[in-house]
Amino acid sequence: MPLSTEAVAVHSAPIVRASLFARLMRNPMGLASAIIIVVVLAAAVLANLIAPFDPNHTDAMNIMSAPGGVHLLGTDSAGRDVFSRIVFGARSTLISAFVVVITSILLGVPTGLIAGYYGKTFDSVASWIVNMLMSLPAMIVLLAVRASFGSSIISSMVVFGLLIAPGFFRLTRTAVMSVRNELYVDAARVSGLSDSRIMSRHIFTVVRAPIIIQSAMISGIAISIQSGLEYLGLGDPTMISWGVMLNDGFTNIFTNPLLVLWPGLIITITICSFALLGNALRDALEDRQQIRLSRAQKRAKSAAMLVAKSGTSSVAGAATGAQALPEYSAGNHLLSVDHLSVGYPQADGSLKFVVQDVSLFVDKGEVLGIVGESGSGKTQTAFSILGLLPENAKIAAGHIVFDGTDLVSPQSGVISQKAMAAFRGKRIAYIPQEPMSNLDPAFKIGYQLVRPMTQLLGISKVEAKAKALAMLETVGINNPERVFNSYPHEISGGMAQRVLIAGAVACDPDLLIADEPTTALDVTVQAEVLDLLRDLQKRLGMGMVLVTHNFGVVADLADRVVVMQYGRVVETGDVRSILRNPQQEYTQILLSSMLEGKTPMTMLTANAKEL
Amino acid sequence: MLRFITKRLASGVLLLLVISTITYFLLYFSSGSVARNLLGDSATPAQVVAKTHELGLDRPILGRYLEWLGHALTGDLGVSWYSNQPIVNSLVSRLPVTMTLVLFAIVLAAVLATVLGMTAAVKGGWVDRTVQFLAVVGFSVPNFVVAIVVIMLFAINWMLLPATGWVPITDSFSGWLLSLILPVTALVIATIASAAQQIRSAFKDVLSRDWVRTLRSRGINNTEILFKHVLRSAAPAGLTVLSLQFVGMLGGSVIIEKIFALPGIGQLAVDSTSQGDTPVVMGIVVYSVIVVIVVNLAVDLINGWLNPKVRV
Repeated sequence: MPLSTEAVAVHSAPIVRASLFARLMRNPMGLASAIIIVVVLAAAVLANLIAPFDPNHTDAMNIMSAPGGVHLLGTDSAGRDVFSRIVFGARSTLISAFVVVITSILLGVPTGLIAGYYGKTFDSVASWIVNMLMSLPAMIVLLAVRASFGSSIISSMVVFGLLIAPGFFRLTRTAVMSVRNELYVDAARVSGLSDSRIMSRHIFTVVRAPIIIQSAMISGIAISIQSGLEYLGLGDPTMISWGVMLNDGFTNIFTNPLLVLWPGLIITITICSFALLGNALRDALEDRQQIRLSRAQKRAKSAAMLVAKSGTSSVAGAATGAQALPEYSAGNHLLSVDHLSVGYPQADGSLKFVVQDVSLFVDKGEVLGIVGESGSGKTQTAFSILGLLPENAKIAAGHIVFDGTDLVSPQSGVISQKAMAAFRGKRIAYIPQEPMSNLDPAFKIGYQLVRPMTQLLGISKVEAKAKALAMLETVGINNPERVFNSYPHEISGGMAQRVLIAGAVACDPDLLIADEPTTALDVTVQAEVLDLLRDLQKRLGMGMVLVTHNFGVVADLADRVVVMQYGRVVETGDVRSILRNPQQEYTQILLSSMLEGKTPMTMLTANAKEL
Repeated sequence: MLRFITKRLASGVLLLLVISTITYFLLYFSSGSVARNLLGDSATPAQVVAKTHELGLDRPILGRYLEWLGHALTGDLGVSWYSNQPIVNSLVSRLPVTMTLVLFAIVLAAVLATVLGMTAAVKGGWVDRTVQFLAVVGFSVPNFVVAIVVIMLFAINWMLLPATGWVPITDSFSGWLLSLILPVTALVIATIASAAQQIRSAFKDVLSRDWVRTLRSRGINNTEILFKHVLRSAAPAGLTVLSLQFVGMLGGSVIIEKIFALPGIGQLAVDSTSQGDTPVVMGIVVYSVIVVIVVNLAVDLINGWLNPKVRV
């Protein structure tokens, strides 16, 4: 296995490193820290050539001389040249860092590979040992080691490598566990590759980059520990090191503070460089992933744009025909969205649009279905209306008006959180898609229902509780008191969705935005929840935006439909006419994919009504 | 809950046993020339043999270990080879200094790291980048360098604070407080830096959860969501981070106590290590492991109590 590992590293390393290296050098922080480390490394290797004096040569006539002249940084309390000592000190410093990194990689990586790949007993034993090592105060252990093995700094560093090996173990183990079940690893296994070959070929490539980053970080920590030990006088007295220089300077801090400054500065700069290099490496790696991602997205988008363009142009054509696209104005609609565009900033500064030029409206007591497959921008549109887009989202254009109040005005380009605050929860409510992840697991359901009511309606806790219990009963929960006193993990998904519906309608909203309210539920529960939604909507006379990928749900509940694709509105109109006579090819595809060759009940009722 | 505690305690005792066994054999493995070192070069070979016998170093190590373990279980960690003081007494008398230092530092670190990490996670943008950069730099400056810098500035240049030394609180409250400021500062900077970074990721993780958006949709104001719901969910991760930092600080206090001449356990550790006072070093290892076990148990208990799925 060691042989093949080397082979892999040799084959694939230059490709990864070339692009990673270039990216690293473009980051000023990465460049600066890399240069410093190279300089320190050069000083360590070429110390004999660089240093103007013998670092141990004492000049009794010339102690503590000021910087300048022959002694670049002056001399210390024994008349030794400070600059030469710093140059030679780089040697012991880097050797220590190297010993720590090598020891911890040798101990941590193979054990992490085995624990992650095979799991079972080895994993639990290794994890126990790792937890034990991590719970030890390193400095105390190192003192004990010093007490038993003497002042060799190398043995201390080997032990420190052991203490810090859990970092590599965990990193490798996690990476391996996530890769182990990937399809390409399965494929490799099926095709008869041995475990050791799979590990070296597929898995080692995954963990290589994190190991390099971790090594940079650990080098910094190792230098800190080594200098600390030397500073305490617990290191090797025959070695020239920055820590020893610091110790010497500290005893003369009143007479010559500069003797503390030089070693202190070089220690800090070197450690900082390793840490910043690690950070820059990580950024460079993340960048590369992002760029890969955005390239793929761009390709997908340009393909999408072609389709979308042909789609919109024919919609415009259709608009003059039988089914006119209404010209939206704020008018008397409960909610109107006008030419809304939403995008996310990309690494290159451009916006990636997820919603483009979308216009729609909802009237009081009306149900609007927004239909489209995933990635069509329907949920992003819903979040725009709620003012709950992720922070990095930008509203590039458009106008959202709710009951005469601007939520997004054409000039501002942002959602007015102040305007939203007056409506959210009280007049505009939201039912999420995934019931279990939308309740705070740390708070009881009762609290999560009562709190918005006491805050928004200004009623007392007792009143709010009575109302919450009544709401829970309304949404079809048989034992409201029990659910009220439960934590979210104690109830089922269907029950949680009913709780979320109860929470949404608790303050009698005028507009309900339901984002795929039944998608995450069992089929039998889906029907019940849809019935409940229809019932509540009728009874409370709410306007509703129903976001779904399912035309069946739309046919069941909606009055009007907006069909979306690639962030644009493809077709819009009355639900019956769209179901019976879809104008757009995309709508037809959506409809036929839902029908799967059968005529659903909802179609029959839609037809029956018409007949 | 009781089972949880018992299990944790049992694993703690096992840990203590394993660590102290390993340490004992490591430490006493190389204690051949102890009597010679203690008595000095002028001692006769007969005196050295007598001293070796007195210390019990001529007996097999396994027997000595079992004897040590038996005493340790009754709370007796033996006596120092140099001062003949019972080790438990010197640990107990030095404990207040170390604990004051470390507890001050951990509380300060907890508050500042939470504020910084939370601000970075919530505000994002340049605030986030600044906090992250400062965290890397703060983490990189070794505590002994911070110690030297603050001594140079505040004690030597401006003469605002005492450079070294310890004032017991019973002598003077203000003196005690002043003598703590520089050591705590030196100890706490790296801790704040690395804890802030980890607390930031914990907050970012919680902020991205679906239920945060749903709470906002319900009209709950942002401050309440942040300080009641998000803080609560991020707390276990934050506490775990702080418990690891606490362990790190036990090590850091070794250097800090030595620099600032504080009569704590860290100073004892350095002195007994350079003297080769093996029983004291052994005692300090045992004490450290016990502190770590207690802290981890406390954090586990708090986290268990915070998580309704674990709470019984």
